[in-house]
Amino acid sequence: MEIEKAAVAGTLESSDCMVTVEDGDGNIDLVLESTVIHQYGNQIRHVVLDTLESLGVQNVKIKVVDKGALDCTIRARVEAAVYRSAGQSEQLPWGGAIR
Amino acid sequence: MRDAKKRLRRTMMFLNAHKPGLIKDPYIYGADSLMLDLEDAVAENQKDAARFSLFHALRTIDYHGAERIVRINGLDTPFWKEDIRCAVAGGCDGIRIPKTETAQDVKIVEQQILKAENEFGRPENSTLIMAAIESARGVVKALEICEASKRLFGIALSGGDYTKDLHTHITGTGIELMGARQQLVIAARAAGVQCFDTVYTDLENEEGFREDVNTIHLMGFDGKSIINPRQIRIVHEIFTPKEKEIIFAEKVVREIDSKKAQGIGVFTVDGKMIDIAFYDGAKRIIELAKASGVYEGEL
Repeated sequence: MEIEKAAVAGTLESSDCMVTVEDGDGNIDLVLESTVIHQYGNQIRHVVLDTLESLGVQNVKIKVVDKGALDCTIRARVEAAVYRSAGQSEQLPWGGAIR
Repeated sequence: MRDAKKRLRRTMMFLNAHKPGLIKDPYIYGADSLMLDLEDAVAENQKDAARFSLFHALRTIDYHGAERIVRINGLDTPFWKEDIRCAVAGGCDGIRIPKTETAQDVKIVEQQILKAENEFGRPENSTLIMAAIESARGVVKALEICEASKRLFGIALSGGDYTKDLHTHITGTGIELMGARQQLVIAARAAGVQCFDTVYTDLENEEGFREDVNTIHLMGFDGKSIINPRQIRIVHEIFTPKEKEIIFAEKVVREIDSKKAQGIGVFTVDGKMIDIAFYDGAKRIIELAKASGVYEGEL
């Protein structure tokens, strides 16, 4: 998928994360802020990159501000931001690229 | 499907599907059913994001046996079809239709669910339906709504919208809900499905809540929609058969079984006149006690 416009999903509430995506410089540029970065930073990065790979996103600047979100929440917010950037909210590939 | 339709549903707790903090572990409070909400609780500009968190919650989180029902957006919105695709793909147990007014509303949703079950490889007829009645028209059409689909396990009164439609408001006394409550529970019983009462929104008034739950319990409802975990204990306490009731029901069942074999139709148990008309009620108390985990007898 291509990032067509900047988009945001999620909140800064506890157990959530806020994900911002915008068009990249030909690669994946990930910036992560987290309240638990020392314990879970690598795991969060892994989930974000794995989600982007599932969606076929290779060119993106992505910022994740994490407030203790579960992996499933991180996936959900990354996907929401990417699909918002593409302007798609119907006929989504549940269980396919979204998994 | 029959067992799933008849399961114990004393409490249905509403949770905003867009809020990870709410949907990550609500099973700890012990509600029988969880109502993951894509409708009123979710802001218009977050409808899309709520679906992603719903899908992953359904797929990932172990809700420890609590039923997972998804309240979709109304059929008059652009959201409901994708809500169904998402919820069915995630493997929800049931779909709640808001603002149901006709049998046709149920049939339209049923078709979309079947389409989604086929698209996402879910077993056909594995997704149940419940219908929320929120208008005078819906109350009048309750029986046809109850009989509209073999997937439909129950109907629920939604008091806020209903009282607006009736040109009144929630008073806390229940007087404005009397007619609807009575009609819905009669329609549900006639159709052999369950019936659930509306939420009680005054969280500070525990006495009023208790009185409200007592009323709907006596009216024949199967359970109540709730909005806060602290309401669960009170509903379960009122809806769970008491020891005295269970012992009496056990005696009634045993006596009727034994007297029937002897050709005796009317007799007394603990000084009360009993005949076959008491049998189903007594069996129901035993079943409810079993489902509530307070009966381990032989019946």
